[in-house]
Amino acid sequence: MVTTSATAPLTPVLADDVAAYLKRRSRWSPLEVVFWIFAFASIWLFPDKYLILKDTAILALFALSLDLILGYAGIISLGQAAFFGIAGYFSGLVAKYGLINEPVIALVCSGVVAAALGFVTSFLVLRGSDLTRLMVTLGVSLMLGEVANRYASITGGADGLQGVDIAPVLGRWSFDLYGHNGYVYCLIVLFVCFVIARRIVYSPFGLSLRSLKGNALRAAAIGIPVKWRLVAIYTVSAGFAGIAGALLTQTTAFCSLDVFSLERSADLLLVLIIGGTGYLYGGLIGAVIYKFLQDWIATLTPQYWQFWIGLVLVVIVLVGRERVEGWIAAARGSVARLGDRLWTRIRPRSAALGGAADGD
Amino acid sequence: MKLGNKRRYLLAAAGAAAMFATVGGARAQDVKIGFILPMTGQQQSTGKQEAAAAKLWMAQHGDTVAGKKVELIIRDDAAVPDNTKRIAQDLLVNEKVNFLAGFGITPAALAVAPLATQAKTPEIVTAAGTSIITEKSPYIARTSFTLAQSSVPMADWAAQNGIKKVVTMVSDYAPGHDAEDSFAKEFTAKGGQIPDHITFPLANPDFAPFLQRAADDKPDAIFVFVPSGQGGTFVKQFVEKGLDKAGIKIIGPGDVTDDDLLNNMGDPILGTITAHIYSADHNSPANKAFVAAFEKANNGMRPNFMAVGAYDGMHLMYAALEKTGGKTDGDSLIAAMKGMAWESPRGPISIDAETRDIIQNVYIRKVEKKNGQLYNVEFATIPNVKDPIKAGTIK
Repeated sequence: MVTTSATAPLTPVLADDVAAYLKRRSRWSPLEVVFWIFAFASIWLFPDKYLILKDTAILALFALSLDLILGYAGIISLGQAAFFGIAGYFSGLVAKYGLINEPVIALVCSGVVAAALGFVTSFLVLRGSDLTRLMVTLGVSLMLGEVANRYASITGGADGLQGVDIAPVLGRWSFDLYGHNGYVYCLIVLFVCFVIARRIVYSPFGLSLRSLKGNALRAAAIGIPVKWRLVAIYTVSAGFAGIAGALLTQTTAFCSLDVFSLERSADLLLVLIIGGTGYLYGGLIGAVIYKFLQDWIATLTPQYWQFWIGLVLVVIVLVGRERVEGWIAAARGSVARLGDRLWTRIRPRSAALGGAADGD
Repeated sequence: MKLGNKRRYLLAAAGAAAMFATVGGARAQDVKIGFILPMTGQQQSTGKQEAAAAKLWMAQHGDTVAGKKVELIIRDDAAVPDNTKRIAQDLLVNEKVNFLAGFGITPAALAVAPLATQAKTPEIVTAAGTSIITEKSPYIARTSFTLAQSSVPMADWAAQNGIKKVVTMVSDYAPGHDAEDSFAKEFTAKGGQIPDHITFPLANPDFAPFLQRAADDKPDAIFVFVPSGQGGTFVKQFVEKGLDKAGIKIIGPGDVTDDDLLNNMGDPILGTITAHIYSADHNSPANKAFVAAFEKANNGMRPNFMAVGAYDGMHLMYAALEKTGGKTDGDSLIAAMKGMAWESPRGPISIDAETRDIIQNVYIRKVEKKNGQLYNVEFATIPNVKDPIKAGTIK
């Protein structure tokens, strides 16, 4: 089943190695299990926080889409809002005109529309270096924003898309004022998308992405079709961003030009800077920190909250996440050492054994 | 061991939940007013003015009305409608507010309308000025203004005072369209000419190219609507392009000569004629007291029409609570508001019993210098103007 995608066939031994490696990597770690248990437990733990949790889940999915291209394929983008926005408007319009009434089907269709746009624009993005990519992706989302503004008779222009009426999910669960069903819906969609993303990055395909992120020239030399790999992941990422955008429209029954804004794409980079790239959870953790920090500070000081957010971001970047991780590792080490020392005092006889075993 | 931990967390969570529940219960006696305002971003001058006015009202009138303690909650939506909607939902569900108020721009007010209906909570629009807003929910009442309210008298005045050819320039969103439509219909009906209708984007406008286009038509005047806070930039570019020297006048609803920014616009703005619902220079004891108190509380910042909207919004909510004897259900409150009339700093105003929209005087004003400061000095009054779009007096 695990054959690599490189054109040159691998020797059976190496193929087995790769398969074993991927299998090892793709196993769910206990920490991950705890993360998701806690995520779903939040439905019962924080009943008065559904609205912000819902926004967080959407932002997390959106950040996940950027992580797929930035963290795994090294494509830096300021234009994810293009996909977020087009799917947002698409899902709003199909609901408004009653073309697709069932939200889940509409969600999937919106994802497909965004992915299609991603496929088409991927060829622009593939040309050039990081800076070019930043500009091209930014340009695409600005253009779409302006198109939405221009065709106000369809999109509502700067007034936003009014009169969107979202039918109950699967004909059963309608979006309530308390945001309960909306949050559960978003969380489930986030989880499903996460599992898909996880499957992708731990597949041979995902491995080949990493190799071309490391050195595209070399990857090409060993037979990886660099261009098509990038097109594929960019398309998938666009689809994910689109699903996030459609979720926002469906749960708020509203869509405005703001979905295409530069701020939305820029926030996304911030989220990934906070959470870290290339391990899938970065976007999720970053989204939780960013949203709650923002909500908390903005409630304290509605006028000057941006200052404090800015300060926190500067500190995070200056201190560096690696260093924080270093502190955590160091703290964990010293706790372990303390444990060892205690252990030696309590059980002098097994001291030598325990110390030696935990020493490294 | 692990189980024990989990159980402890569960207990803690249950305890916390119980605590919140009791706190919530204790607070249910109080009245909460949730103001959602753009405190950051492009429309922040609106948020600043409105928040200051609402706080001033509380400072002057105390926090107790009809035996209930009033709490004011101010939240920032940065004028992004989906933020507004989330915050409104949060205020309704978690804070259990009895009133939603504020709304710096029309899309924000519209986004919240379905929530107001669903939660049966009054939505007091203290800033946004598109005509249709009050029709979107039976729980909406407005204390700001509508664009048509000032634009129609402006058109009448222009037609009667020798202005024959006008180019309209408005921000490309609902209030801009309202202003342009109502002005154009009235002005052409009175025999005026409008060779060009120009719209520019709401966000990050650069007016220079549009001003050039307007200048090429050689009009007598430019009718302009920009949202509160953008007037300064408009006038600056108008002067830079030399349009003032070409003898072209600025006319329009008073957003462009916003009291908040007027003093910094400099002498080129002198003589500009606008029609609007409030000037800080309005000559009445109520206004003199309001302006003095507002400036004192805010480091000399001059109140503008947004501030007076929020101040009257607070008045309306307090008066409604008094009238219902402290009953806080939305139906009683909104019923109490209908037909209510009082003397505002801007002059006499009332809430139309039919449309829940504001009825107020519109003043024709001219920018003049008084004690070294620029003011919109009122020289004509059109009394008790209803929103012309809903009243059907234009079209």
